[in-house]
Amino acid sequence: MSTGIGARVRRKEDRRFITGKGRYTDDIRNDNQAYAAFVRSPHAHAAVKGIDKAAAEAMEGVIAVLDGHQLTGDGIGNIITGWAITSRDGSPMNIGAWSALATDRVRYVGDAVAVVIAESPALARTAAEAVAVDYEPLAAVAQPVAALASGAPQVHDNVPGNLVFDWEIGDEARADAGLAAAAHVTEVEISNNRLAPNAIEPRSAIAIHDEAEDHYTLYTTSQNPHVARLVLSAFYNVAPEHKLRVIAPDVGGGFGSKIYIYPEEITCLWAAMKTGRSVKWTAERSEAFMTDAHGRDHVTRARMGFDKNGRITAFKVDTIANLGAYVSLFATATPTYLYGTLLSGQYDIPAIYGTVKAVNTNTVPVDAYRGAGRPEATYLIERTMDIAAREMGMDPAELRRINFIKAFPYQTQVLLNYDSGDFPALLDMAQKAADTAGFAQRKAEAAARGKLRGIGYSTFIEACGLAPSAAAGSLGAGVGLWESAEVRVNPVGTVEVLTGCHSHGQSHETTFAQLVSDRFGIPIENISIVHGDTDKVQFGMGTYGSRSGPVGMSAVMRALDKVEAKVRKIVAHQLEASEDDIEIVAGEARVAGTDRKMAWHEIGLAAYTAHNLPADMEPGLKEGAFFDPVNFSFPSGCFICEVEVDPETGVTEIVRFVSADDFGTIINPMVVEGQVHGGVTQGIGQALLEQVVYDESGQLLTGSYMDYCMPRADDVPSYAIAHGCTPSPNNPLGIKGCGEAGAIGAPPAVINAIADAIGTDDISMPATPQKVWEALHRARPAVAAE
Amino acid sequence: MYATNYHRPATIEEAVSLLTGNDEAKALSGGQTLLPTMRQRLAAPSDLVDLRGLPGMTGVSAGDGTLTVGAAVAHADVAGNADVLRLIPALAGLAGRIGDPAVRHMGTIGGSLANNDPAADYPAAALALGASIVTNSREIDAGDFFQGMFTTALEDGEIITAVRFPVPEKAAYAKFPNPASRYAMVGVFVARTSAGARVAVTGAGADGVFRHSAMETALDADWSPEALAGVATPADGLLSDIHGSAAYRAHLVGVMARRAVAAAG
Ligand SMILES: Cc1cc2nc3c(=O)[nH]c(=O)nc-3n(C[C@H](O)[C@H](O)[C@H](O)COP(=O)(O)OP(=O)(O)OC[C@H]3O[C@@H](n4cnc5c(N)ncnc54)[C@H](O)[C@@H]3O)c2cc1C
Repeated sequence: MSTGIGARVRRKEDRRFITGKGRYTDDIRNDNQAYAAFVRSPHAHAAVKGIDKAAAEAMEGVIAVLDGHQLTGDGIGNIITGWAITSRDGSPMNIGAWSALATDRVRYVGDAVAVVIAESPALARTAAEAVAVDYEPLAAVAQPVAALASGAPQVHDNVPGNLVFDWEIGDEARADAGLAAAAHVTEVEISNNRLAPNAIEPRSAIAIHDEAEDHYTLYTTSQNPHVARLVLSAFYNVAPEHKLRVIAPDVGGGFGSKIYIYPEEITCLWAAMKTGRSVKWTAERSEAFMTDAHGRDHVTRARMGFDKNGRITAFKVDTIANLGAYVSLFATATPTYLYGTLLSGQYDIPAIYGTVKAVNTNTVPVDAYRGAGRPEATYLIERTMDIAAREMGMDPAELRRINFIKAFPYQTQVLLNYDSGDFPALLDMAQKAADTAGFAQRKAEAAARGKLRGIGYSTFIEACGLAPSAAAGSLGAGVGLWESAEVRVNPVGTVEVLTGCHSHGQSHETTFAQLVSDRFGIPIENISIVHGDTDKVQFGMGTYGSRSGPVGMSAVMRALDKVEAKVRKIVAHQLEASEDDIEIVAGEARVAGTDRKMAWHEIGLAAYTAHNLPADMEPGLKEGAFFDPVNFSFPSGCFICEVEVDPETGVTEIVRFVSADDFGTIINPMVVEGQVHGGVTQGIGQALLEQVVYDESGQLLTGSYMDYCMPRADDVPSYAIAHGCTPSPNNPLGIKGCGEAGAIGAPPAVINAIADAIGTDDISMPATPQKVWEALHRARPAVAAE
Repeated sequence: MYATNYHRPATIEEAVSLLTGNDEAKALSGGQTLLPTMRQRLAAPSDLVDLRGLPGMTGVSAGDGTLTVGAAVAHADVAGNADVLRLIPALAGLAGRIGDPAVRHMGTIGGSLANNDPAADYPAAALALGASIVTNSREIDAGDFFQGMFTTALEDGEIITAVRFPVPEKAAYAKFPNPASRYAMVGVFVARTSAGARVAVTGAGADGVFRHSAMETALDADWSPEALAGVATPADGLLSDIHGSAAYRAHLVGVMARRAVAAAG
């Protein structure tokens, strides 16, 4: 069976995961292990008047109780944001200081003010309860619109009006003109519900300080250990980079939430130095709800203009984005360059203008979560298209079709330059798979059973493969977003690939190995993928933004090119042939048309014994490469969802879900389908079930699974997945990335289907049974009545 | 979780004596409510007295027009019991939809009734079927047993040992699960008994499970879903939370009641 590109290779990592042999941070135990528990604010906003640690310190087994004044006193730096945004008036953004342990003021429920280090986790927690903090509660604000109102409580003194920035994109005059000239203008008011990331493995950290070497090691649940090391070293002053090793071992899901360097990891490193103990912390689920960066939370008003034929004339958008109490690492990029730049969707829109006001509130920070900005843009555009179609009496699929971009490359009005795609083909493919022709009959049959059946579309595009470094830099990014790889062929012919990407569910151990197996025809068992350790891999930017394929694999391909070139030289020299005549097939290199050949292990051995190499050649067989993409990649898709609503209860059942995706080249279809299943399920979760709720005073009401509703297996249908393919012209594999598509595209497909079923667009996410029933009640009282 | 002492008594009497006069001691049955509460540090009993497997608290027996379920019988064992399935299939169905398989194999009927969670399922069955709650010292009619959210007629140290259900002519339970917790957001148990129609509602009442007398009257006159059509359920006194308003719950009570009557046949 092939184990090359395009093969359904079974996941190499699954054996250890499904037999319980995975090694996660919390599984690791050190000599000298101590445990941290954080003292967290129960208030959304309060002044800290004093901290009485005496009772906790007196408890047997308590090693230390440390607070924010000690932390800042030791020179530990404030937590930074990685992307500078300029407001439309030219002013820089306003950022309130964020200390890993709050000193004078707490700003959200869960904000940590102190840490207890003790001999056991239970003892640490008991002692943390014994720390008496004198809080003076302050007025709090949790909702983004309320935070902008005059007289709203101020989250940070140096962020007037709680406004972090007021950013714009596009051409306002042009958009106004387009709207003025429109035959029809659709106005929408849309909110994108706030989500908790809910990785199955909660965040965890173990910090070790080796006094002899003055060296630190941090095991942590990170999607990007090198970036963690860079930031910990350059900004938080924990230790210089060469004295700090960050290891992200097996990590159980991230969805963005494990990109960031959180207060807890910083505090553990500092506490390890203070106490001379290895310090471990693992979040409880309730801590995860309180402190993991949340996602989404936008409120938007938008207007889209159409000419008399249904062609879009302009799109104008005003969004308020809730950033929470502090500005997290990617928080400023998510509602701007990952959101505003997507406002053209799959459509040829001649004029676009958008503004984004980012605001502080007394809630946990909001940052990138699977899709990051692109789901918010997609939901806005795709809901607007459906509402417009209904208003204009057009078929929603036709309205999309006549507005599709059909020629590439396509320069949008919002910075991005789309490289490839075939949107009509995806729509055709999805309509066929969904049997849209038979929908009317299914609807009638459902009506006979007392159910309201509806169909919804979502035709979407994403900008993935983050990111061309120079372009990102010019827009304010603090880092480059290339990726690195190293391919080591050992003397016996086995291969190690070192990558700066990190797998926390993405299957890199399998798919990256497929590239090598494909190139040299060697067995996949002979290939190992090494990642997640700054002492092993020289540098890398990690995994998020569907970048491991387009960027990370591209770096591997470049390194493989170099290895292959050297192999050809070695073989040509040894077999006294011309390099051009060497063929590498099925683990052998031969001289074309002859029986002269070298087995793969013989080549490795030849490179390392160096007994007979070309005169100017260095021994060994190891090559590295950095790949910096010239553009984003642009996966696109068409999702079609069919629902049945029970008008008596408002319960929505998803009865059909079809995805037609264009991910460019696919390395392993099984893995890609898994990514689509997971992403669509998260999208369905957002559409129907999930919502973080803070009450007016900033208390978190959805602090456990009793109240926060995750999708379960019986909430989702069997998915039908089809693939189109227009390869990306901008990377060696033609790959576009598949990690986020489902979460980006699914929510509007579901909501559009519900709106179609109940005959009203007066419905928001999550479309809970109560909301659907109420919408029905408002729009069609007779149907909803008892 | 705080440190606690675990006891495994051999008899009901020993269990009662361990619990009596010790405010900080708690009975432990399936642990599906108590242990999560302790892990969240919302409860800190000094002593846990394990009731599982005590003679007199296990097993299901049928006879004399009644069905008796030991207090320590797990939900899964009620759901799969041949006598329950034969005599009160609605009770088996209710038990089979509590929580998830792990919860059903650990959680017990006695624990559920003693806890009297306003969103729990069993209280609706006990009240609608007119069950007797048998304790170590007496029998309490279900109508007297439930005394508001998380409150029951149990005295300090009193242990439920069994639940005795009169076998109804027909019965059914319709549950509208809370989407997140999958406890009952509204659950309606209807029964036609020798004493007439009984309708008990769980999940919705601010004071826990309650009987719906207007529906009972309507069903006494005409046991059919249609008979419930005009019967109002006032939203006053119903729970309102992020999952469902009182008005929505009131509406669901009607829908679930009609579905239950239809299912009972
Ligand atoms: C994930 C999850 C989902 C759930 N879903 C549902 C659901 O859908 N519907 C539902 O109804 N319930 C649900 N439950 C609750 C479950 O049914 C519990 O089993 C039940 O509420 C308590 O029973 P237990 O045997 O576990 O009692 P325990 O947790 O052991 O005890 C509960 C309380 O009752 C007391 N107690 C226990 N036994 C006795 C006794 N014999 N006499 C006197 N006092 C006693 C204890 O001291 C304690 O105060 C769920 C629980 C979980 C964890």
